[in-house]
Amino acid sequence: MTDSRPVLTMTGISKSFPGVRALHNVDFRLFPSEVHALMGENGAGKSTLIKVLTGVYGIDEGSVTLDGEQVAFNGPMQAAAAGVSTVYQEVNLCPNLSVAENIFIGREPRRFGAVRWGEVRRRARQLLARLDLDIDVTAPVASFSLAVQQMVAIARAIDVQARVLILDEPTSSLDAGEVAQLFRIMRQLRDEGIAILFVTHFLDQVYGIADRITVLRNGTLVGEYPTAELPQLALVEKMIGKELDVLEGIEEQPRPELAAIERGTPFVQVSKLGRRGAVAPFSLTIHAGEVVGLAGLLGSGRTEVARLLFGADRADRGEIEVNGTRTGLRNPVQAIDHGIGFCSENRRTEGIIADLSVRENMILAMQAARGWLRPIPRRRQDELVDRYIKALSIRPANPEMPVRNLSGGNQQKVLLARWLITEPRLLILDEPTRGIDIGAKAEIQKLVVQLSDGGMAVLFISAELEEVLRLSHKIAVMRDRELVAHLDNDDTVDADLVMQTIASGTAREEANR
Amino acid sequence: MSDAGNRFRPLLGHRLFWPVAVLVAMLAANTIYRPGFLAIEVNNGHLYGTPIDILRLSAPLILVGLGMTLVISTGGIDLSVGSLCAISGAIACLYISRAPDQNNLVTVLTALAMALGVALVLGAWNGVLVSVIGIQPIIATLILMVAGRGLAQLIAEGQIITINSGPYRAIGLGHLLTLPLAIFIALAAALLVAAFTRRTALGMIVESVGGNREASRLAGIRSGRIVFLVYVVSAACAAIAGFMMTANVSSADGNNTGLWVELDAILAVVIGGTSLAGGRFYLSGTIVGALIIQTLTTTVYAMNISPQTALLFKAVVVIAVCLIQAPAFRAKFRRRRRGTPPPTPSAPQPQKEQVTA
Ligand SMILES: Nc1ncnc2c1ncn2[C@@H]1O[C@H](COP(=O)(O)OP(=O)(O)OP(=O)(O)O)[C@@H](O)[C@H]1O
Ligand SMILES: [Mg+2]
Repeated sequence: MTDSRPVLTMTGISKSFPGVRALHNVDFRLFPSEVHALMGENGAGKSTLIKVLTGVYGIDEGSVTLDGEQVAFNGPMQAAAAGVSTVYQEVNLCPNLSVAENIFIGREPRRFGAVRWGEVRRRARQLLARLDLDIDVTAPVASFSLAVQQMVAIARAIDVQARVLILDEPTSSLDAGEVAQLFRIMRQLRDEGIAILFVTHFLDQVYGIADRITVLRNGTLVGEYPTAELPQLALVEKMIGKELDVLEGIEEQPRPELAAIERGTPFVQVSKLGRRGAVAPFSLTIHAGEVVGLAGLLGSGRTEVARLLFGADRADRGEIEVNGTRTGLRNPVQAIDHGIGFCSENRRTEGIIADLSVRENMILAMQAARGWLRPIPRRRQDELVDRYIKALSIRPANPEMPVRNLSGGNQQKVLLARWLITEPRLLILDEPTRGIDIGAKAEIQKLVVQLSDGGMAVLFISAELEEVLRLSHKIAVMRDRELVAHLDNDDTVDADLVMQTIASGTAREEANR
Repeated sequence: MSDAGNRFRPLLGHRLFWPVAVLVAMLAANTIYRPGFLAIEVNNGHLYGTPIDILRLSAPLILVGLGMTLVISTGGIDLSVGSLCAISGAIACLYISRAPDQNNLVTVLTALAMALGVALVLGAWNGVLVSVIGIQPIIATLILMVAGRGLAQLIAEGQIITINSGPYRAIGLGHLLTLPLAIFIALAAALLVAAFTRRTALGMIVESVGGNREASRLAGIRSGRIVFLVYVVSAACAAIAGFMMTANVSSADGNNTGLWVELDAILAVVIGGTSLAGGRFYLSGTIVGALIIQTLTTTVYAMNISPQTALLFKAVVVIAVCLIQAPAFRAKFRRRRRGTPPPTPSAPQPQKEQVTA
């Protein structure tokens, strides 16, 4: 595969932002008919490399050639016209346009100048069918989960007649099924001669699909390797620049015995809580110090359960008891008053305030709970913020940096810090490790274990079943917007069993209670 | 980059740099055109001169701009401020004109309190429309912009109310420590709003709501209350501005008091660097913006430019200021200057190559 000429080469690329050197003298090549993984920790410069390539940012130094000709795109549109089609890390669709409109925006099929809407819808449906997705293409994009939105963005990108396809963390919120489907299409496109640049933090995905790997660290090139010649361990070491030890330890961490936790009144007990059109009535009990995992496929209603428990959406039936007293959780303010925190999966639209600094984003929930008349003293703010920047190794470690300038993974950590600062009694984590590199992911998982040891209850949602299994004491299984089973996460429970439960929609008798 | 270039970079990067530069440039141009422009003289223990006039006349705009800044920061807009100026002016003048002794301080204070109270109620009306009922701010405040003029007419019974009240006139024309009182009122309001937003967490929370309303709600912020509050503050600022405007001429005219001030205020806010999309706000920027607009108006009068061309002239300057501040425009300018070749995407070449995967 190396004897052809690269379709794309980037030579000596440097890019600095005020106070941050994001890329320094980076070389990169992409060959036709290959899937090339771009790897690196959060903030290594992966997204920046992609953005300077497609002209979102100007290049400080270096050059880009496409098919041997020097190019300098002035933006994604021009790049796409030249055959470079990109899915950016942060899904950027127009939330109030329909799925079909989003897919064809800017290149609608026309006849005599008029858009052929019927054709738009038909082709959108076709395209999504290729991704195994059967949704109403006339519904606004905002009405779908993040995972579906991600699929729509991918559909849009693969429909363009491209020679280079760039996918920046396309799988960060997808389940195994969608990932498999995406990979099938990626292989198909690769065999048609398309060069694919793929960014992910999932090592198994890299080894499942990539032909070649380029590693970045701190904005510099570490090297380019054929996948077969770079064992997983070596890859991780190249990424983090040292021998790894962070990944160990999480398995050995003893989880507190379930029996010990279950005594005492539950922190939250809901019965028959539901919301029409979102999730069927479900019952769930969470004790202090307990980690409850939510497992299920795309669209199974995991996020909806989380939102009801936080009052982000209003339940239209059922009861909630917090600490043994009945309450209604009608809005987030009430939930927060009860000591509940919720880290949304959708960090761009429901999480970060892009304009505000890292510090302000972190203290926001705590400040909101105190009310605006009682500002948190600046000294205390700095203390808290410094502590969490260190604990979650947020980079760059500059509290006054606008959060929008942080890399995706680092933004996710800021969001997590916002809730940790409030010291909630129940923390609802919806995909907290989305887009987070392996080192930090292990740190966060350790943190969850630590927090639950300290008495915090956690509701943990992740598309990664492994992660749910590793952390949870109990697992609630969702299917088709219904909670179908409660499993005690003991030795008998493994990924296969959970998948079976999801598939069959019922649990073994003894686990069902 | 030369040494000097590096030294000036932080200055150039400061968000107030361009607005202040424009202001200075305008003052300089005026001085060249009319050397006596910057002259200030002492008369009767009071300072007089064009710069003082500019400060005094920009006071109402600064007031309206302060409220507008907060409203815009939440992602909203308040078109009703002009009408609110007219209403509050009319109420105050009406009350004073009916009083037996127009020079009685208590009478004047009562009039101000009454007018301010009505303005607060109207501001609350705007706030409810936007935050509780959820009407788009531009539409919600358009209602009062239009209806408010009628209301002001109704209060004045279609007349121009003329008063002869020393204490009231002082709001617009009085002096304190050699300077016009209006300047102090505007300054006090600015300091008050600044303390109100930056000494508490209100400023950050307003910016948070404007930056991302849903994310703010999920962080536990009662966005509705905050949005409500900024419309009330905006109305209060407009009311005080209305007092100044009517005090300047000792009369209230429902049709003309504060006419188009909402547009000038929005301009001042934008020139000051606050984005119409909401988020970060800059009170000091708004003040500089208001001074720019008032200087522009004064310049136009001083240069005897005909009213028709005056508006055009104003528009050109405003466009220039906005362009200079737009990062995209500046980036383009800089790229051009450095001589980067214009981007040339290569035409797709149909090229078959044997590929061994
Ligand atoms: N617009 C910007 N302004 C300032 N700094 C930026 C900007 N965009 C990116 N950076 C900085 O550049 C560095 C590289 O960021 P980049 O987004 O490329 O990381 P990444 O490798 O994609 O990380 P992740 O895995 O978290 O997505 C980071 O330190 C980031 O803070
Ligand atoms: Mg990235």
